[in-house]
Amino acid sequence: MSAETAKLPAATRPSRLAWAAQQRVLIALILLILFGALRYDHFLGAFNVLSVLRYNSMFALTSLGMCFAIMTAGIDLSVGTTAACASVVAAIFSPMGLLPGMLAGLGVGLAVGIVNGFMVARMKLLPFIATLSGMLMASGTGFLLAHNQSVSVSYDTDFTWLGQGDLLGFPVPAWIAGAAYVYGSLLLHYTSFGRYILAIGGNEEASRLMGLPVDRVIFWTYVQSGVLASLAGVILAAQFGAGQPAEGVGWELFSIAAVVVGGTLLTGGVGSVATTLAGVLLLGLIFNVLNFENGLGWISLSAYWQSVVRGVFLMIVVMAGSGAARRAIRSA
Amino acid sequence: MMRTPQPGPTVVDAPTIARKAVPFDAGAFFRRYAALAGLIALLLFNFVWTPHFWSLQTLNVNLTQVATIVIVSVGMTLVIATGGIDLSVGSLMAISGALAPLIFLSPFGREHVALSNLLAFVVSIAAAGLLGAFNGWFITRFRVQPIVGTLVMFIAGRGIGQVLTNGNLQPFHNPTFQFIGLGRILGVPVQVIVMLVLVAVAAWMLRRTLFGRQILALGGNERAARLSGVPVDRVKRWVYAISGLCAGIAGLVVISINSSSDANLVGLGMELDAIAAVAVGGTPFTGGQASVVGSLIGALLIQLLRYTLLANGVPDAAALVVKGVIIAGAVWSQQRGKSA
Repeated sequence: MSAETAKLPAATRPSRLAWAAQQRVLIALILLILFGALRYDHFLGAFNVLSVLRYNSMFALTSLGMCFAIMTAGIDLSVGTTAACASVVAAIFSPMGLLPGMLAGLGVGLAVGIVNGFMVARMKLLPFIATLSGMLMASGTGFLLAHNQSVSVSYDTDFTWLGQGDLLGFPVPAWIAGAAYVYGSLLLHYTSFGRYILAIGGNEEASRLMGLPVDRVIFWTYVQSGVLASLAGVILAAQFGAGQPAEGVGWELFSIAAVVVGGTLLTGGVGSVATTLAGVLLLGLIFNVLNFENGLGWISLSAYWQSVVRGVFLMIVVMAGSGAARRAIRSA
Repeated sequence: MMRTPQPGPTVVDAPTIARKAVPFDAGAFFRRYAALAGLIALLLFNFVWTPHFWSLQTLNVNLTQVATIVIVSVGMTLVIATGGIDLSVGSLMAISGALAPLIFLSPFGREHVALSNLLAFVVSIAAAGLLGAFNGWFITRFRVQPIVGTLVMFIAGRGIGQVLTNGNLQPFHNPTFQFIGLGRILGVPVQVIVMLVLVAVAAWMLRRTLFGRQILALGGNERAARLSGVPVDRVKRWVYAISGLCAGIAGLVVISINSSSDANLVGLGMELDAIAAVAVGGTPFTGGQASVVGSLIGALLIQLLRYTLLANGVPDAAALVVKGVIIAGAVWSQQRGKSA
C-alpha cells in the first residue's frame, strides 16, 4: 500500500477521496428525496418540507461548527451541551426580548468556545479531551442555571419567532442555518482563515514552519463552533418554548456522523461545507422516510429502528468511501 | 503531535535512570503521578472533613458505583493503547443488558432455571464480545478510523437493544443471576471482585504476555510493528472484542443492581466516563503506553471527587463542572510531567 500511495502527491489523494465521497452524498440525497416523492403523497408537501427544515436546522448549525473543527484534525464534543446550556440562558433572558435572549445564548457559546480554544491551542490538550471537559462544564452550568428543570421562555416577547416564525414562507431557523452555511462556504473558500484551517488540518507542523498563525486559527475555530452550537441552542429554546438543560445528549456524535457522511475526513485537511449540510439532511430524512413508511401501513417499524438504520447507513457510507479509496489509489 | 517522541514498547528512558542520582524532585513526581496524588489528597480530606467517611459502608458504596466504569475502562485502556478509541461500549452494555432478561424470562428460561441463568451470562457477554469483534473487523478491514468505526456501533447498538425489547423496561427478580451485582463474597461486593480481577489480569497481560507487548508495539508505531511481524489486524480485532466483552459484563452488573433492564438508559454516556477515567489515569491517546492500574486510579479519583462534593452539600450539577476541570487539569499536568 505504501508504494502505491507514494505515486500520488500527498495533497491530492485525500482531497480526491473526499470529492468522490461528496458526490456520493449528493447523489444519495437526491435518490432518497426521489424515492420519498414517488412513494409518499405528502413527502414534498409544504408541511413536511418545512418541518424537516425547521427541526434539522439545529443539527445543521452544530454540524457546521463540528465540520470546521474536524477540518483542523480536531473534534468538538461540547456542541450538544453547549446548545443545551445556551437554550437555558436564552430562555432566562427571553423576557427582555428577542435580541437580548439571542445574544445571551450566543454568549454561552462564546464562553465555551473560548475555554475549549484555550485548552486546545494554548494548553495543547488533545481536542477530544479538551472538549470532553468543556462538554461537562457546559452541561453542569446549564443544570445549575436551570435548577435541574426546564426553563419556560417568555411568550410576551417575540423571542419564539426565532424558532417558530416564518420569513418569506420559510421557517426562520432554516434561514439562520442557511445564512450560517453561506458564511461557512465563503469563509472556507474565499478567506485566508479558511485556507489556513485546511492547511493546519493537512499538516500542522508544516503549517507552523510556514509561519501560519496555527494556534490563533485553532482557537477561533473552537470559538466559532461554540457560537454556532449556542445558536442551535437559542433556536431549541425558541422552537420548543423552553430552555432544556438535559437536551443535546448525543448531538455531538450525530454531528460527527453528519460530517463524516458529508465526506469530510476525520484526519483533517479536507472538507466541504455544502456536503455537510447534505449529510445532515440525509440523516434527518431517514427518520422522516421511516415515519412515512409507517404511515403507509405496510410495515410497522418502531421509532427505535431509526438508529439502527442510521448506523447501518453510516457504515455503508464509510465502506463505500473505503472502497473508493482503494480504487482511486489503484487507478492513479 | 509530531513533536511527541514515539516511545517503544519497553519504556526505559535514560533520563529517569540518571535522575535517580539527583535529589528527589517532588514537583516532577507529583505532576507525573497527579491522579494518584489527587486521590490520596481527596482521601485525606474526607477522613478529616466528611462525617462517617471512614466506614465500610462508604467504601462499598463508592466501590460499587465505580465498578462498572472500571470494568469498561479496562477494555478501553487496551483499545487506547493501540491508538484507537471505542465509542460503542455504552451501546454494547445496553445490548447485553437487554439480552440477559430476554433469556431467563422466556418460557424456556423459566423451565430450565439453572441453564437459562448460565446462558444469560454466556450469550449476553458473548454477543457484546462479538459485536466488539465486529468493530475491530470493520476498522481493520476497511482501514476506518476507530472513532468513526465505533460510532457506527454507538448509533446502531442502542437501537438494536431497543428493538430487541421494543423499548420496554424489563423488570425481574432473579437472585442467582443478580449475584453479580448484589452478591457479596466475604463482605466484598461481587462486582468489585470482578473489577479487581479484570484489572489484575489486564495489567499482567500488558506487561508479561506476547499479546500485551504486541498491543503496545502496534500502538507505538503501527508500521514498525507490522514490518517486524506483529499480526496487527488480528491483535486489533481481539482488543476491540475484549472491550466488547468488558462492556457486556458491565451491562449485566448494571441491570443486576437495578433489578431491571432499560435499553434506553443502560450504559448511556459510559463511553465518555470510561475515556475520562483512562485519560485521567495517564494512558496517552497517542497509543503505545498504557496503565490499567492508572485507569482504576483515574476512575476512583473521579468517583471520589463526586462523592466528596455531594457529601459536602455541593449540587450534582456543580460536580459536573468540577469533573470537567479535573479531567482537563489531570491530562494537562501529565503532559507537563512528561515534558519536564
